[in-house]
Amino acid sequence: MSEAIKTDVLIIGAGPCGLFAVFELGLLDMKVHLVDILDKIGGQCAELYPEKPIYDIPGIPLVTGQGLTEALLEQIKPFNPTFHLNEMVESIEKIGDPGFRVTTDAGKVFECKVVVVSAGGGSFQPKRPPVPGIEAYENISVFYAVRKMEQFRDKEILIVGGGDSALDWTLNLHPLAKRITLLHRRDEFRAAPHSVEQMRKLVADGTMDLKIGQVTALEGADGKLTGAQLKGSDNTTSTISCDTMLPFFGLTMKLGPVANWGLHLENNLIPVETASFETNVPGIFAIGDINTYPGKLKLILSGFHEGALMSQKAHRYVYPDKRLVFQYTTSSSSLQKKLGVN
Amino acid sequence: MTKINFVDHSGETRTVDVENGATVMEAAIRNAVPGIEAECGGACACATCHVYIDDAWTEKVGKPTPMEEDMLDFGYDVRPNSRLSCQIKVSDELEGLVVTVPERQA
Repeated sequence: MSEAIKTDVLIIGAGPCGLFAVFELGLLDMKVHLVDILDKIGGQCAELYPEKPIYDIPGIPLVTGQGLTEALLEQIKPFNPTFHLNEMVESIEKIGDPGFRVTTDAGKVFECKVVVVSAGGGSFQPKRPPVPGIEAYENISVFYAVRKMEQFRDKEILIVGGGDSALDWTLNLHPLAKRITLLHRRDEFRAAPHSVEQMRKLVADGTMDLKIGQVTALEGADGKLTGAQLKGSDNTTSTISCDTMLPFFGLTMKLGPVANWGLHLENNLIPVETASFETNVPGIFAIGDINTYPGKLKLILSGFHEGALMSQKAHRYVYPDKRLVFQYTTSSSSLQKKLGVN
Repeated sequence: MTKINFVDHSGETRTVDVENGATVMEAAIRNAVPGIEAECGGACACATCHVYIDDAWTEKVGKPTPMEEDMLDFGYDVRPNSRLSCQIKVSDELEGLVVTVPERQA
C-alpha cells in the first residue's frame, strides 16, 4: 500500500458543488483533495451538458456547464486544491473522532478529518448494453474500457458504438487484432470525422468489417464469447464470430460504492440535517444532488449554500481549538489575503 | 391542455393532460408516469426519456434531429419509431398522441 496522503478534507466528486466547497473550506483555512471517477473536472456539467446553457445561477444570467466549471476553477485557484481524476472512492474507514482513511480503486489512500460527499447522482459508469446475460461475460470477454492494449492482440474483436471511444479503439486495436468488426445502430457516427474516414478506408481495404445493427444475444459458455447475434436495421438477423466484445454506450450514473460507506440512504440519497449537511456519521457531510432533506431542491445554487454551511461545521472538526469568527470577503482583510486580492 | 397517452411495457395506458409548449417528457415526469427517467433533466444529453411513437403518429411527431439521433445511440432497444420525449413539444396537433415506454431506459 502506498503512503497515505494527509489532508484536512477529502471531497468525493468534482462537480460544481464540490468545487465551490473548496472555496468555502479554503476561506476557513482547510486544505482539500478531490477525487472524481471522470477524467475531467466538472461532474455532470462537464459530462452531460458542457455546451448547454444554465439560467439559474444567481447573478449569472447565462452560463454553459463548461463555462461554470471554468469559472469555479478560477474562483478556487487561490486554495490550490489537488484533483485525483479517473479514480473512484471505494471505502471509507473511521480512524479518529472524527478522522477517516479513504481508499480509491487505484489503491490511493487518504487520511483526513472530514469527508464531503458531493457525488451528484453517484458515479458515472459505463452503460451496459441491453443484451441478456451479458453480465456472465464481463471482464472475461466483454470489456467496457481498454486498460492494456496488448490484452487484445490476435483477438477477434467486436466493437459496438458510434462515438469517439468506439472509433478510437477500432483504429488503435486494428493493427493488433486478428480481426475487428465495428457495429453501430446506423451508418452515421458521432465520432470525429477524421476517425470515421480512417475507419471507412480500412473497411474499403477489406482489413476490417463494419456492420449496421444491434446486438441481440451473445453466444458462448463460461464467460468465453464465441459469437454475437445481430439484428440489422432491416430486422434481418445474422451471427458474427468474435471472442471479445467492447461496447461503448456512454456513461450512466450509478450510486456505486456510496452504498457501502455506512451512511443512511433514502431512495439512493443521503439524508442530512440542514444546519450543517452532516450525515448520520459525524465528520461525513453530503452536499448537492446526492443529499436529501425536507424541501430539498436539486439545484446547483442549493449545493453552493450547503457547501457554505458544511464548512462551518467542518472547521470545528479540523480546528477544534480555534474559534470561528464569521467574516465577509468584501470587508475582511484576512479573507482577502487568502484570496490573494489584498 | 392536450391529452397524451403513455402505454407502459405491460400494455397499460395512462392518459395525462399537459399544457401546450411543455415536452412529452415533462408531461410524464409531472404526472409520475413510470419508465421515464430523464436523468439529464431535458437537455438532450442522455437517452433515459426514450419512447416509441405509435405508428399512427410518427408523421405528425416527426423525425429526431441529428443531435437527438446521436443521443438515441445510447438508448435501449432503439427502433425506427424511437424518439427522446424531451425533444417533443406538445401542441394541439398532438391531441391524443400515443407513445409506448420501452421495457427499460438504460
